[in-house]
Amino acid sequence: MSDDAMVARIKPARRETTSWERLKANRNWLGFWFMVPAMAFLILFLAYPLILGVWLSFTDARIGRPGVFVGIENYEWLAGDTNFWLVVFNTLFYTLVASVVKFAVGLYLALLLNERMPFKAMIRAVVLIPFIVPTVLSAIAFWWIYDSQFSIVSWSLRNLGLIEGNINFLGDTWNARWSVIFANVWRGIPFIAITLLAGLQTVSPSLYEAATIDGANSWQRFRYITYPLLTPIIAVVMTFSVLFTFTDFQLIWVLTRGGPVNATHLMATLSYQRAILGGNLGEGAAISTAMIPFLFAAIMISWFGLQRRKWQQGEDN
Amino acid sequence: MTQASVLPPKTRARPADDHSEGMSYLQNVPRRIVTLWIPLLIICFVLLFPFYWMALTAVKPDEQLLDLNRYNPFWTWNPTLKHIEKLLFETQYPRWLWNTMYVAMGATTLSIISSVFAAYAIVRLRYKGAQWVGGLIFMAYLVPPSILFIPLSTVVFQYGLFDSPMALILTYPTILIPFSTWLLMGYFKTIPFELEECALIDGASRWQILTKIVLPLAIPGLISAFIFCFTLCWNEFIYALTFLSSTQHKTVPVAIVNEFVDGDIYRWGSLMAGALAGSLPLVVLYAFFVEHYVSAMTGAVKE
Repeated sequence: MSDDAMVARIKPARRETTSWERLKANRNWLGFWFMVPAMAFLILFLAYPLILGVWLSFTDARIGRPGVFVGIENYEWLAGDTNFWLVVFNTLFYTLVASVVKFAVGLYLALLLNERMPFKAMIRAVVLIPFIVPTVLSAIAFWWIYDSQFSIVSWSLRNLGLIEGNINFLGDTWNARWSVIFANVWRGIPFIAITLLAGLQTVSPSLYEAATIDGANSWQRFRYITYPLLTPIIAVVMTFSVLFTFTDFQLIWVLTRGGPVNATHLMATLSYQRAILGGNLGEGAAISTAMIPFLFAAIMISWFGLQRRKWQQGEDN
Repeated sequence: MTQASVLPPKTRARPADDHSEGMSYLQNVPRRIVTLWIPLLIICFVLLFPFYWMALTAVKPDEQLLDLNRYNPFWTWNPTLKHIEKLLFETQYPRWLWNTMYVAMGATTLSIISSVFAAYAIVRLRYKGAQWVGGLIFMAYLVPPSILFIPLSTVVFQYGLFDSPMALILTYPTILIPFSTWLLMGYFKTIPFELEECALIDGASRWQILTKIVLPLAIPGLISAFIFCFTLCWNEFIYALTFLSSTQHKTVPVAIVNEFVDGDIYRWGSLMAGALAGSLPLVVLYAFFVEHYVSAMTGAVKE
């Protein structure tokens, strides 16, 4: 400010300084410049590729060749491709089962962690570890656990006398599906449990006390207190969970690469296989674009979840 | 126990999913063991077992790995460092670790800087359309890398970034910026507006307000955003798999999947050692900043 005061005394420079000062204080002008770095990244590497991806799906581009517009040929080809429909089924099945199980176990774990107990902070920290470790690296551990010959699970069950031979975890169609779903659930539970726990901790204990005095049993307390208060956060958490399960790539790629006989191929892995390994960018882009309507549905659910939260809390932002 | 026998059966039949001190007398010890500790133990066991197995495999001698009947598979009395040694001296593992670190640091720093500006502008400058831009950034959060990697690979190729760490440093922020902007918006909102007004009256510029008032107060938020972004970078796979091709540029997750698996002879020991060594930096970081992780995770969801 002392600098400004000095400047103010020097008459000739004054007019120029004030207009510059005024511009500097203009929030729209400042806001624009503050947004530039983030927007540059998001436009160059997110919005532009998103549009480019839709465009690519209408071309016959291959790696190293730009390609020309071919209309909906890629989609027509996919619509007649039984493999593609198998993959759509796999993706929906994987997303549905994994999300439901993740939600159920995650909520249960959150309720358990919400109880008063010793070492609570430590247990919570331990629970979150699967989320911290990179998916690929824990998937590698699962790959070893699911090994057809040296699986520790098969060995334990065999020694307990529950099964005769080794389980072929990743070699059989349905075994492979359940195995990848289990690995996905394992990886996703901590996120859901910890975020729901944060929601649970905001519920006032006096509500439960009042309900107990009124004779509510534990199910009623859950159904009429916990669940309604938790709905908004459940909506958001499950949106993310569904979104990232639906577009999962890493786990499948490490464990099965889509096999056996495409039983675990998801849309993301199929598009990678066709676009990057097969070189067929246009077709791969068409598979990616076909995922967008599903994602849009998930986003709409999230939007209404957020609306409901605002309505409940009476916020106006 | 004694307490429980005094209570009438009807009261005992009420387990509680609450944590209030006032109601804990309604529970007794055996009931707590069945409803709380046993399920918790089972879940924790399942969640942690793969890591135990990973660590054990990394130090087991080869012959014990493949012979489950002669040796007890759950423990080893003669651990070996052979696998880890092999990892460090016979492969380019240190190099991959360094690549991952370099990419993660670069992308995280860029993202945090961009996000600080963006979040401050949206929350505090409140320029025209700030609400809309905030909403759009949230939407960007919902665009997964799996639908972007094909067009992005052509973009990366056009910009001449293919097979260079810069490709990852510049593309990862698209995953990180939406998340950290929302997180920081939450933190900035909690800083009293009056502090800034005082500073404005005293003649501080917006830049001074940001660096001298807002940022020091938002340090917990910055740490949360930083370590969470760092973890996300470390975890990222599909971009690194698509945009990098030469062995010496790979990041740990990609290198482990592509370089360690040769034919049908799986080198389980060194594979597990590699997975363990790749997880340890994050687990150590996590151990120091547990609370920040939790607030990052829950903060971004709640906002």
